[in-house]
Amino acid sequence: MTNIISDETIDYVAILAKLELSEEEKQQAKEDMGKMLDYIDKLNELDTTNVEPMSHVFPAENVFREDVVTNGDMREEMLSGAPGEKDGMFMAPRTFE
Amino acid sequence: MKLTHMTAVELGTAIREKKVTVEEAVQAVFDVIEEKEERLNCYVTLDREGAFRKAKEIQSRIDRGELTGPLAGVPVAIKDNMCTKGMLTTCSSRILRNFVPTYSAEAVLRLEEAGAVILGKTNMDEFAMGSTTETSAFGPTRNPWNEGHVPGGSSGGSAAAVAAEECFLALGSDTGGSIRQPASFCGVVGMKPTYGTVSRYGLIAYGSSLDQIGPICKDVTDCAVLLETIASYDNKDSTSIKRDDLDFTSALTEGVAGMKIGIPRGYFARGIAPDVSKAVLEAADVWKQSGAEVEEFDLSLVEYAIPTYYTIAAAEASSNLERFDGIKYGYRAQDFQGLHDMYKRTRSQGFGEEVKRRIMLGSFVLSSGYYDAYYLKALRVKALIKKAFDEAFARYDLILGPAAPTTAPELGKSLQDPIKMYLSDVYTISVNLAGLPGMTLPCGFDGSGLPIGVQLIGDCFEEKKLIRAAYTYEKARGPLGRCGEVK
Amino acid sequence: MAKQYETVIGLEVHVELATKTKIFCGCSTAFGGAPNTHTCPVCTGMPGSLPVLNRQVLEYAVAVGLATNCDITRYCKFDRKNYFYPDNPQNYQISQLYLPICRNGWVEIETGEGKKRVGIHEIHMEEDAGKLIHDEWEDCSLVDYNRSGVPLIEIVSEPDMRSAEEVIAYLEKLRLLIQYLGASDCKLQEGSMRADVNLSVREMGAERYGTRTEMKNLNSFKAIMRAIEGERARQIDLLEEGEDVIQETRRWDDTKGASYAMRSKEDAQDYRYFPDPDLTPVRISDEWLEGRRAALPEFRTEKMKRYREEYEIPDYDIEIITGSKHLADIFEETVAICKEPKKVSNWLMGETMRLLKEQGREPEDIVFSPGHLAELIAMTDAREINGTVAKEVFEVMFAEDIDPRQYVEEKGLQTVNDAGALQKTLEEVIANNPQSVADYRGGKEKALGFLVGQTMKAMKGKADPGLVNQMLREMLG
Repeated sequence: MTNIISDETIDYVAILAKLELSEEEKQQAKEDMGKMLDYIDKLNELDTTNVEPMSHVFPAENVFREDVVTNGDMREEMLSGAPGEKDGMFMAPRTFE
Repeated sequence: MKLTHMTAVELGTAIREKKVTVEEAVQAVFDVIEEKEERLNCYVTLDREGAFRKAKEIQSRIDRGELTGPLAGVPVAIKDNMCTKGMLTTCSSRILRNFVPTYSAEAVLRLEEAGAVILGKTNMDEFAMGSTTETSAFGPTRNPWNEGHVPGGSSGGSAAAVAAEECFLALGSDTGGSIRQPASFCGVVGMKPTYGTVSRYGLIAYGSSLDQIGPICKDVTDCAVLLETIASYDNKDSTSIKRDDLDFTSALTEGVAGMKIGIPRGYFARGIAPDVSKAVLEAADVWKQSGAEVEEFDLSLVEYAIPTYYTIAAAEASSNLERFDGIKYGYRAQDFQGLHDMYKRTRSQGFGEEVKRRIMLGSFVLSSGYYDAYYLKALRVKALIKKAFDEAFARYDLILGPAAPTTAPELGKSLQDPIKMYLSDVYTISVNLAGLPGMTLPCGFDGSGLPIGVQLIGDCFEEKKLIRAAYTYEKARGPLGRCGEVK
Repeated sequence: MAKQYETVIGLEVHVELATKTKIFCGCSTAFGGAPNTHTCPVCTGMPGSLPVLNRQVLEYAVAVGLATNCDITRYCKFDRKNYFYPDNPQNYQISQLYLPICRNGWVEIETGEGKKRVGIHEIHMEEDAGKLIHDEWEDCSLVDYNRSGVPLIEIVSEPDMRSAEEVIAYLEKLRLLIQYLGASDCKLQEGSMRADVNLSVREMGAERYGTRTEMKNLNSFKAIMRAIEGERARQIDLLEEGEDVIQETRRWDDTKGASYAMRSKEDAQDYRYFPDPDLTPVRISDEWLEGRRAALPEFRTEKMKRYREEYEIPDYDIEIITGSKHLADIFEETVAICKEPKKVSNWLMGETMRLLKEQGREPEDIVFSPGHLAELIAMTDAREINGTVAKEVFEVMFAEDIDPRQYVEEKGLQTVNDAGALQKTLEEVIANNPQSVADYRGGKEKALGFLVGQTMKAMKGKADPGLVNQMLREMLG
């Protein structure tokens, strides 16, 4: 394996992804990610100088909506699946220290 | 003939001709479900009560002459990553196990408008990540042809339900082969339309630039009818494309004379099972005998599609799945210390292993210092792959190949080695990268009686060519026999 | 000798655009709705929902770019900025990193030290976040997504400013330009204009910039000035003590007059930007851009020039009136109806300014309509009401834009022009104030004023004081 993923990298990526991994899962993740990156490194065989990155396959452009209010009050619907709710708002763990 | 043996279009006709009532059709399907579902596990959610209520309503609308379309009264199944208003929509994930949307996917609305009766939501790989339907939080679906095998994935529940006659037709979604591969493993017809043909509004995103909803059906006619029903320009989806050639059923004609079909030589190089190779090449002969010009050619970059795909899909997925955080809907961990701990526990408990693996990979390839080397590199290779297809379609009307290198693997054999599982997507994945339409149809069986599928790939917006060629083949091939009756 | 330091400041200004709907969905942007009543699957991040760009957002962003001399990006895209926070429902914000809509602009500011250009690095479009409310009772945060998806532009300046004075001049300049465009009302207090201050210090004459900090939570010009002074002092203290300034985001607490670092080990500050696959790129054609350029309104300098040519009002009045787009609009619309620029200007410069100052409000807060002001002027001109009554009526109009004619009629405030009634009152006043009458006749001019006052009082203020004066002189003469 040429891509050696460090413990720090796994911890860092887990913070980004908001995932909590057990020691065992971390070891597995290191191995999996290393293998995948080795495999992805195959792309370096190709010379892509002067090739524009392609995010959209079709040249669809300029898709707009007009500035007209189309939605009414949907509060009840939006809150219907909330794990916590109070006073018409979503309840989250406190954000202020 | 047993009612559930009918195709969707045959049933629709019988209903309009008053030979069958909608309620009888729904009852017949539920009889099969009662018999098989416990073993097969095609569905996450079944809405028996709703289906019978809807059956009555649709029957009276048909009787009043308000519903005259081919799918009026036909029972249909929906993959569980499409939102259905008031009906549980889980993506086969613990994190959405209690999510009931307040809106329906545009494709679902189209089906409802056509008078189809929604039976329930089909099982899938969690968030469509997988090729076997084994990553579902609600247990695997079994292949109706051999219950020791997987149905393929990620739309395994939909494909198995159609094959087992637990519905007449179904919607699947295809990000890297998730319609075509399970359709092939289950001996049914599946199609991924050109990107932008079916609205993605209400489809819970996996890889947004690759995801596309499509039909899984018993035959090519049903497939064309279902595609025609769900295809639409939708101003709620910015990537939806305005097309004026959505009359797909007009392509249900025989005749491929003069059509040029190319077979990529590399597709048959290594790793392909001999039975699969043989059946696919025999299918190619059928087209040749029907008047098409069939020849081998070199399609470049085939081996780069998988690493390109997994980089792009994982990156998009890592971002698309950020919204599952325990605040607005879905699962929230019980015990936690503060906000960030809640996020981490909710997501770690809510997502399965494969989903976490892809989120980790996706977060990594987008992270500072790696974006250019991995993500942008993949987008550049994607441009080259698209170009390779453009060049191929300058010479050929269609490209022909297998749908998968093997028939359906045994249950429990695929997940230990993820990369090996990813490699099996080699024939389907590049179609999504290039936004092309692709279709698989059954072309035979392997030595143990598992179905084999042949895949046709068309240029963008050339679904009609696919349908015409597939229809021609299906007529020439003759019936293959239905699941449970083939020896 | 103590070292001399130079302050280097760049600004990130967020402006809430004046669209009717949010940037990616058809929800209203109206202020003050009950929590979550302006939300839908898109702006609450429901699974399967998709964004579609509001055309007006692009038009406003381009207008601001043109007004600030920017290059308009002909092919621009939206990117996702990924970070977890409860006010960010998708846990990514749709913004622009790689191809922002505008780049390389500048505005000219004027301070005591003369004129100067401040460079604009870029302007990008993005969505606002929801609002978090701390609930002490439950010890949790409550989330209201009404603001989630409200369109913003972020204007990023070059580090071209050197003092709080320049910063304020720059902000005033931006605010005026944007108000003239009608792209936003730019109210700092209400948060429709927000500024983050990037500040570093370096020794006078040094070539390289020092390490900068970013200061957030600045809701008024005064807070911005205090924060700049505070942060400059803090950084100089650090350097003097031989310590390093750390590149970080700090939150200004204006009541305490101090800032503190917003650090968390859970924040990696790695936003993993990538092009949003749910949105298509925007391509801008020459024709379209020329159309937008042609549609730009008259800006302040041109307006001032035109006022000097068209209206006979003092330069000082012109300066004040054109200092607010809203005020200038009221002026022009009122003049268009009543054709009396001088009188309109007097109302705006006098009573209007007085009331605004008294109530600590901005010209943008003015609610009375030009038609009503014109009506009031017409009624005064026609002597239907006298000046005192007019001021009284204006105060009510200023508060709630009443129809002055209807108000005067309802309250019976019309000037009494009935000569008989006035004659009768005057006779009574003369009879009841013999001493003052004698004083006037004895040459005390002041006594006449008293008698006029008494008459006005008896007439409940509804007489024409000029007429009263004239008739009294005649009767006593």
